[in-house]
Amino acid sequence: MSLFNVFNISGSAMSAQSQRLNAVASNLANADSATSANGKPYKAKQVVFSAIPSASPEAQAVKVTKVVEDTSPAKIIYDPKHPLANEQGYVTMPNVNVTEEMVNMISASRAYQNNVETMNAAKAMLLKTLSIGQS
Amino acid sequence: MLNKLDAELSFHQTSLRVRGQRQELIAANIANADTPNFKARDLDFAAAMQQAMSQNDPAQAKTNQITKTSDKHFDALPTTHLQMTSGAGEPLYRPIIQGSVDGNTVDMDVERNQFVDNGIRYEASLTMINGQLKKMLAAIQGQ
Repeated sequence: MSLFNVFNISGSAMSAQSQRLNAVASNLANADSATSANGKPYKAKQVVFSAIPSASPEAQAVKVTKVVEDTSPAKIIYDPKHPLANEQGYVTMPNVNVTEEMVNMISASRAYQNNVETMNAAKAMLLKTLSIGQS
Repeated sequence: MLNKLDAELSFHQTSLRVRGQRQELIAANIANADTPNFKARDLDFAAAMQQAMSQNDPAQAKTNQITKTSDKHFDALPTTHLQMTSGAGEPLYRPIIQGSVDGNTVDMDVERNQFVDNGIRYEASLTMINGQLKKMLAAIQGQ
């Protein structure tokens, strides 16, 4: 039943987008974490989406296949008072680009909303179908 | 007699099926709006509908072969009566209006537009079926 599959597809996209939003939250929260559990500055995380087959062969769902670390260079700031500063007074900060993350956040939130609406429309259509021949 | 009732409703029933499939495809496009290298797909509704209707037509439908051990056994039903969700045209790929660097061809404006359009046409078919049923009931009851 193809309309029921819309729930699976939109649901997969919603969980994928919320994972992306999770990564954004982690990046923004750690935008200033100059050190972490392994002693190195925090590295920004990005999710990778990929299309996976769903119940019907043509319509594909989404899945986060991996979470990669951002390879862009770390930010280096001059702050001799910082406890982690090197001999020249420079501190290595995380490579989180706050502007980029904000854009990512809005994009993820809009995509999530789109999928919620898709699901609502499918639900309304199914309910209408159920009431064929009534009243 | 029941055959005629079935034939009366079959057009809009087929239309609902194809619209449902198209809705699923568009939902998949919206779901994959951020997936790299995903290509947006859609049904050519007219072609899909024609193909589905020709399968419904008993004269053209491919009947299932069964081994009969007596002349009084019935023939098998055409395939489409058994598999209501199958076969309504191959989905095509959408032409690219504005390409993106990651190879994704989903244009959210087009998809939203088509999604709403398809949903309304689905409901139109539902309304038609409801009308046909009411008409039939009125004829049966003779009021």
